[in-house]
Amino acid sequence: MSILVNKNTRVLTQGITGATGQFHTRACKEYGTQMVAGVTPGKGGTSFEGIPIFDTVARAVKETGANASVIYVPPPFAADAILEAADADIPLAICITEGIPVRDMVKVKRYLEGRKSRLLGPNCPGTITPGECKIGIMPGHIHKAGSIGVVSRSGTLTYEAVDQLTRLGMGQSTCVGIGGDPVHGLEFVDVLEMFNNDAQTTGVVMIGEIGGSAEEEAAGWIKAHMKKPVAGFIAGQTAPPGKRMGHAGAIISGGKGTAREKIAAMTAAGIRMASSPATIGRTMQEAMSGK
Amino acid sequence: MNIHEFQAKEILKRFGVAVPQGIIATTAEEAKAAAQQLGGGVVVVKAQIHAGGRGKGGGVKVVKSPEEAADKARQMRGRNLVTRQTGPEGRQVRRVLVEQGLEIQRELYLAMVMDRAQSRVTVICSSEGGVEIEEVAAKAPEKILKETVDPVIGLAAFQCRRLAFALNIPSELTGKAVAVMQGLYRAFVETDASLAEINPLIITKDGQIMALDAKMNFDSNAFFRQKEIVALRDLDEEDPREVEASKYDLSYISLDGNIACMVNGAGLAMATMDIIKHHGGEPANFLDVGGGADKEKVAHAFRILLADSRVRGVLINIFGGIMRCDVLAQGVVDAARELKITVPLVVRMQGTNVEQGRQILAASGLTIISADTMAEAAEKIVTAVKQF
Repeated sequence: MSILVNKNTRVLTQGITGATGQFHTRACKEYGTQMVAGVTPGKGGTSFEGIPIFDTVARAVKETGANASVIYVPPPFAADAILEAADADIPLAICITEGIPVRDMVKVKRYLEGRKSRLLGPNCPGTITPGECKIGIMPGHIHKAGSIGVVSRSGTLTYEAVDQLTRLGMGQSTCVGIGGDPVHGLEFVDVLEMFNNDAQTTGVVMIGEIGGSAEEEAAGWIKAHMKKPVAGFIAGQTAPPGKRMGHAGAIISGGKGTAREKIAAMTAAGIRMASSPATIGRTMQEAMSGK
Repeated sequence: MNIHEFQAKEILKRFGVAVPQGIIATTAEEAKAAAQQLGGGVVVVKAQIHAGGRGKGGGVKVVKSPEEAADKARQMRGRNLVTRQTGPEGRQVRRVLVEQGLEIQRELYLAMVMDRAQSRVTVICSSEGGVEIEEVAAKAPEKILKETVDPVIGLAAFQCRRLAFALNIPSELTGKAVAVMQGLYRAFVETDASLAEINPLIITKDGQIMALDAKMNFDSNAFFRQKEIVALRDLDEEDPREVEASKYDLSYISLDGNIACMVNGAGLAMATMDIIKHHGGEPANFLDVGGGADKEKVAHAFRILLADSRVRGVLINIFGGIMRCDVLAQGVVDAARELKITVPLVVRMQGTNVEQGRQILAASGLTIISADTMAEAAEKIVTAVKQF
């Protein structure tokens, strides 16, 4: 078992003819992911390295049985691409694109209400079940199959944490990047619930950052429901208020969303917090051994 | 991105929100002329800087004559205005807004924010205007009223009425209150704002509802379709290094320390700042060069870091996923040679092509301190800076 994606996941790429779409479609295919279709409006009937390209998502799904979509479409058109995926009832849409206006995402979230599709991202690295399926931009080789679930708002910081886990011999069940934008699809709580119900996952690493209150909500959920050990880290302990730290969502505003508040809430929920980003793996190891 | 009060008021006016008559002035003479044009009576002179707390800092003055308006404008123009949001050095006042004086009956608070928890726009208002909303939230949270907006419907009139009645706005003014709220909502949505705040929203003795102050903040992700908003950017109000970095699509924030850092990815960049602090150092900046930075971008980033005279050391921390370590290493070597870097430089790389990257650094003949892990990198740069 694992969550979200596995060896049976059939992936279509929206924006497959762009440079980013091509680069990562190739890398995911090389990793072993079943890349079954591509969509670029106007390029239907052509193909990319043996992968058939369609004009619409609906058509691609019908022809290939794709059940996950990864979106590399540029920001002005990315929200529309998510809507199209949701309209085609794709079970999982993963939007990698960074820089989508928040107003567009507010509409997208409204459109997703009551629909079958779940959205991961935007502005996220994607998700990987090591050895089975990689969808997104993370480097595959640092991962190792195993039983630790990883959920994070960050990209490269997640790679850092995964690398530490792998070096310590702790493989991963699934790693999920929920993205750094203020309005996005799956939340920490959604992913934590999946890990909680997944037989393969025995422990979870949760990496948050300043801004918003998603970590506090997750801490509340963990305290009430989580049956597995959780190790955590919050980035941005030294970030000044009022400044957007790269990610659109990483900003302390009106004195809210500080690392201190999040660390306090997570500690109170029984999460073992790493004091330094260099000790995330070790902290998970300690949490697993119950020391 | 922030804009000035006078710019925010111009936007609000376009969307039907009443604002006091006002004229912008850059000199004392212009301020005097503006006061005369406004009738020669009571006017308010307001310093225009991108920071709150101007009233308490002495940046808002009520005066009785055009001469006095000129005096106040001269005083404000001549100095840096210090408020609780500017830091001790303050901000230089380059222009003032001269506005008609109004007879105020009540001061309310009205704002719209992008509410992350709801994934929608939320309207916030309070009967306690003219004070900071955080203060109200702490002392009297029951005085804060909220309505969340369905993006399909927009801000409905009934929601505005509900707020107006709860605020005890006289019923003959309900229509005006609804118009102000809906106007502000349209301004918010159509300009891709992330915050729009009117504090105070006033009711005048003659029954007008007006925005006496206005603050707006915008989503930079929407700049591709908001050319008019982008044109309102005031580079004088921004850190020059941050402005320079934005030209090269680098995400840079200036901080107070002396260890510069260059990192790929926002989360890792924040974590790198944290670990520097954890090991007893102080980061000089946040810098995310992005996922696919090339040699040129690395060189630009280097130049910006080294232009900061406080910098006593540089830490580069890259986890190469898309970015290849050999490309990064070559960029670092070229930039370090070209810029003749004199401060200690610690490089920590992991990920794709890391061995080739390390060989390039080792073969360069430059004094580059190499580190394997984040902790080792942080320790090494903190020690090196202390010895430098």
